[in-house]
Amino acid sequence: MSDTPKKPKKNINKAKTKTPMREQPAGERIFNFEEVPLGYNEEEATLEALRCIQCKNKPCIAGCPVGIDIPAFLKLVGEKDYEGALRKIKEKNFLPAICGRVCPQEDQCEMVCTLNKPDKGRDPGGVGRVERFLGDYAMEHDLTITPECAAPTGKKVAIIGSGPAGLTAASDLAQKGHDVTVYEALHKPGGVLFYGIPQFRLPKEILLREVDGLKDMGVKFVMNYPVGKAESLESVRERHDATFIGTGAGLPWFLGIPGENLNGVYSANEFLTRVNLMGGYKFPDGADTPVKNIKRIAVVGAGNTAMDSARTAKRLQPEIVYLVYRRSRLEMPARVEEIHHAEQEGIDFQLLHSPIEIVDNGKGAVGAIRCQEMELGEPDDSGRRRPVPVEGKIKEWAVDTVVLSIGQSPNPLLTADCPDLARDERRGTITINDWMQTSYEDTFAAGDIVTGGATVILAMGQGRKAADAMHRYLTSGDPAAPAGEDSDVCDGLS
Amino acid sequence: MGNKIVTAMELAPKTMLFEVEAEHIARRGKAGQFIILRVNDEGERIPLTIANRDPEKGTITIVAQEVGKTTEVLNAMGPGDEIHDLAGPLGKPTEIPTGKTVVCVGGGIGNAVVWPQVQALKDAGNKVIAILGARTRELLILEDEITEIADQVIVTTDDGSYGRKGMVTHALDELIDGGEKIDEVITIGPVVMMKFVCKTTEPHGIPTQASLNPIMVDGTGMCGACRVTVGGETRFACVEGPEFDGHQTDFDELITRLSYYQPEERASLDNHHRCKLDAAAEALERQD
Repeated sequence: MSDTPKKPKKNINKAKTKTPMREQPAGERIFNFEEVPLGYNEEEATLEALRCIQCKNKPCIAGCPVGIDIPAFLKLVGEKDYEGALRKIKEKNFLPAICGRVCPQEDQCEMVCTLNKPDKGRDPGGVGRVERFLGDYAMEHDLTITPECAAPTGKKVAIIGSGPAGLTAASDLAQKGHDVTVYEALHKPGGVLFYGIPQFRLPKEILLREVDGLKDMGVKFVMNYPVGKAESLESVRERHDATFIGTGAGLPWFLGIPGENLNGVYSANEFLTRVNLMGGYKFPDGADTPVKNIKRIAVVGAGNTAMDSARTAKRLQPEIVYLVYRRSRLEMPARVEEIHHAEQEGIDFQLLHSPIEIVDNGKGAVGAIRCQEMELGEPDDSGRRRPVPVEGKIKEWAVDTVVLSIGQSPNPLLTADCPDLARDERRGTITINDWMQTSYEDTFAAGDIVTGGATVILAMGQGRKAADAMHRYLTSGDPAAPAGEDSDVCDGLS
Repeated sequence: MGNKIVTAMELAPKTMLFEVEAEHIARRGKAGQFIILRVNDEGERIPLTIANRDPEKGTITIVAQEVGKTTEVLNAMGPGDEIHDLAGPLGKPTEIPTGKTVVCVGGGIGNAVVWPQVQALKDAGNKVIAILGARTRELLILEDEITEIADQVIVTTDDGSYGRKGMVTHALDELIDGGEKIDEVITIGPVVMMKFVCKTTEPHGIPTQASLNPIMVDGTGMCGACRVTVGGETRFACVEGPEFDGHQTDFDELITRLSYYQPEERASLDNHHRCKLDAAAEALERQD
């Protein structure tokens, strides 16, 4: 018997589809604010991680806005080395429990995955699901993985706004040894991660825990401190060697139709803030901020925020939740998964309808929403077919609450305080150069204050790019990277 | 870390004045601006005007009238207690003219706003007449403080228990009819009062600023709960106000919007009282 050594076989799970994730059934979850996807257990996570074939060109890494070494962490999960996998992720992203939940992986790492062959019925690797598992694993096992910080540089950095861009920049700059202080206007950290994204998509405990991780790295947080009001930007800049602005897009738009100031009309920001940030769904036991006893509600818009609003509303137990959108299903900007969840939960989609009036119930409150029926015409600048009114077709739905989720502009609270900071006057965004540097040499900006409104992970990618430039600025005085050093993963974001 | 209360003083029944540590607000705040506070980690965010500030001591003064659960909890606090969250200074400061004759018309708790305005107006070299209204004598607040600064103070009470009997608008009418050359009026108090102050000055073409008090949540322009209609346009009181041209303001809409949560506010307060009763009963049982 010869004992010829065999080439060790790669341990691969050849399943064509993703390991299923258990979900709270729609019929149950609409009665609570608990998470919908329940997450993988160790066995499921390992199985899914082993679907990664460890291909050579690794397109997923370039597909990730923060450039996580995805095959490496999946390999470690496959070997059940969860701590090692976490360490690998945290080299690039300190918020895995958050990104695993809110990143649109289907448009990023998973879209470019070598496995991804929808025509052959083959799913990409479930990167987001495994990432989320790791974030949750760390929390359940009280595993604190604090990235090693470089020796103190003695440089002081101010981060204005603790949303996804600010938290990412804070983490990166602290790791590089800078003395980082985050200033937040509200009483809780996280920006849109706290006030905007509902509990059932991102439990607040998880967010707070990730923020605690930053504190462990030495990052200081100053809450209730709206820079521009509490202190001028100029004074903040004087006290720090470099300043980062990530104040987001917090100024909600209204439609400009009659009846918009009736009682019962909310911006999505207000509706979600009342429920998420202020915990209004617990009113009056456990939270003092009231949310009305809603019977019939219409949410206007079809982005992720609209889905969040509709699904949040559903959990307040109304009779019906309409989602009113002026285009068709194909043009909906929300993630497919969010639309799917909303449908499962019984949100009543009223597509190709554009609100023209909110009707008074006779007591100064909402009685109905009146809409113009639309049809799709020629494509507009965005490439989507433009909705045009269908003559004479008007429809009205009886509702007591209307939530407008039609977009927002950058929050002017800070920029109003520094009129000479270069910005786009029409959009209200801060103007930056290729290095995320503003017209003030020592001040950088990223996230929605720059883009006007995008996703959490794009804001994080930009926060990283800004942090890199700030580090170079702090060490050499020049934010521009020497040729070839700049990380190309962020190209196309600015 | 909250903001520590340094002094607490009852100004009138159910109305407390607090001096609170808030160094940066004491340094930066201006007349007409406000703060947002939460009394505890379950608390709602409520706006209160900065009534006074002491940059050297690093304190600000706020005045709160008990109208709901939050203000009831707040008013039960005393020196040494900490206010859980306090953010500011928010809103735009009052526009202060120079060398003019300005009448400040305050009603009820609104006098807490009149106080810093009178100070700022005097500092800028204006002649300042304050008309201070209250339902009855014991509800009149800050009369001494304002009298000390203003050129003239007229007090009115609805029931005639002190000062002139009647409304602030009567006193204002008399001033105008008496030939006082008034360049500007600033008014702050109950919405109905502000509405009628504006109606009084409008025929005389006297520019009138009203300090509006809509419901707010974040107070930083993020939610739009505080929207008011001024000159037919929607404005956010938290970032564009709180003071607006009173002749252009839709006060009726503001009154309607302010009433929206009244049933919930009542329920919250009842719930709070029940909890307090339960706790008291439990404490008694433990004693037995």
